[in-house]
Amino acid sequence: MAKYLLLKHYQGAPAPVNNVPMDQWTPVEVEAHIQYMTDFAAKLEATGEFVDGQALAPDGLWVRHDGAGRPPVTDGPFAETKDLIAGWMIIDVDSYERAIELAGELSAAPGANGEPIHEWLEVRPFLAMPPTVSD
Amino acid sequence: MGVDDVELRRLVPRVIGALVRRGADFATAEDAVQEALIRAVPAWERQRPSDPEGWLITVAWRAFIDMARSDAARRGREDRMGATLPTTAAPAPGTDDTLHLYFLCAHPALTPSSAVALTLRAVGGLTTRQIAQAYLVPEATMAQRISRAKRTVGRAGLDRPGEAGTVMRVLYLVFNEGYSGDVDLAAEAIRLARQLSELLDDPEVHGLLALMLLHHARRASRTRPDRAIVPLAEQDRSRWDTGLIAQGVAILQAALGRDRLGEYQAQAAIAALHADAERFEDTDWVQIVEWYDELLRFADTPITRLNRAVAVGEADGAPAGLAALAAIDPATPRWEAAAAFLHERSGDLAAAAGFYASAARNAPNQAERDHQSRQAARLNQQLKSGGDARG
Repeated sequence: MAKYLLLKHYQGAPAPVNNVPMDQWTPVEVEAHIQYMTDFAAKLEATGEFVDGQALAPDGLWVRHDGAGRPPVTDGPFAETKDLIAGWMIIDVDSYERAIELAGELSAAPGANGEPIHEWLEVRPFLAMPPTVSD
Repeated sequence: MGVDDVELRRLVPRVIGALVRRGADFATAEDAVQEALIRAVPAWERQRPSDPEGWLITVAWRAFIDMARSDAARRGREDRMGATLPTTAAPAPGTDDTLHLYFLCAHPALTPSSAVALTLRAVGGLTTRQIAQAYLVPEATMAQRISRAKRTVGRAGLDRPGEAGTVMRVLYLVFNEGYSGDVDLAAEAIRLARQLSELLDDPEVHGLLALMLLHHARRASRTRPDRAIVPLAEQDRSRWDTGLIAQGVAILQAALGRDRLGEYQAQAAIAALHADAERFEDTDWVQIVEWYDELLRFADTPITRLNRAVAVGEADGAPAGLAALAAIDPATPRWEAAAAFLHERSGDLAAAAGFYASAARNAPNQAERDHQSRQAARLNQQLKSGGDARG
């Protein structure tokens, strides 16, 4: 088993095919989208592949240390052009192929006109623990 | 015959108190009682003791002695063990153990999250695993939080326990967390508030209990089966728990009769007015605004002002509500949601749709985000079909 992070972006990802923002959808389309996402997570829980899923608020800022005894320096809010993560799902799957398959399925969530959004998702493998048997 | 979990947990603070009176330190006593609880479940299933509290005190005391011994052994101080182990019972007269524990767990030196965790364990008798599940953190993290909290309380000493206001705030926080995992935190908060109201004769404690009961009564109607939010105006009021409402109202009325108003009584009064309305249209918004004004005397926060602005919109019309809203910092959480609601009421659907969309973007949780997205979609569809009709 290997863990993968599926990352969803507010901004910074290539434009999806069905690129209509959610507040322009009809109530039925919004409902269908929410249902799809709920069902997807429930399915992965049932197959034993779901680890975690979280959403992030769009606001945030940069922070760095500014020397002992001084408060940290902050820089924000983020620029419009920053790559901005919206949330993630962590899955634990048997193969790289399975991770790609699931990311593709998640990207097919319906949007405007009930058509798949074809949203670009970032798939990132976790670094694994060192194996017990290494030779 | 299974073991009644709540009955068992009700005894926890008394048993901790008994151990502390015998000379045990709070931190170890608390661990020892948890150990006794674990042993109680299989033992009581075989045969229920005639004196459950006495049984728990005996088993917890033995566990405490074992823990103190192995602790002493680990530190290589067996020779001094006799000196460190308390052996005699020294009852502290006139103090109620359970009440004392409430105050101890709301010690001013604790952060709110630590006070909450410690209260749930030492007063509520929940296991670390249950508390961790409820707050969606790893069990090891919660174990650390609790043991740090116990050390803090131990260091700070027992001479300066928290005040009633802090105890109530801790219970309020627990209640507001709702439920996740296998522990119903709202029900647990009600149990603890009820117990506190029996120990501490303070109208605010009764107000807090009433507030919890009145909100809890509406729980079944507040979410759809898929957890989507149902706003107050659309809730199926036939699903409200009239028994809980009657209880909450009676407790609140008795508290208000004592003429020592506070923020929890004022909040409970608002909840009672909602509970009292048979239909949303029957809501007595004028009185609700008056209670928000009372509430502001005790807790003048932007959130309270925001809720008041929405109530003003219902009582005196949307323009009055929008005027009240204009005086509140737009950075206040849920300001956009209130703005959307009031603009929709005023008939400005385009502005309302825009505010719903930004409310969705800035929503503090997924359920609210989904809810505000649905609202934006609903208005945009209305705007579109309205445009089609005109064109």
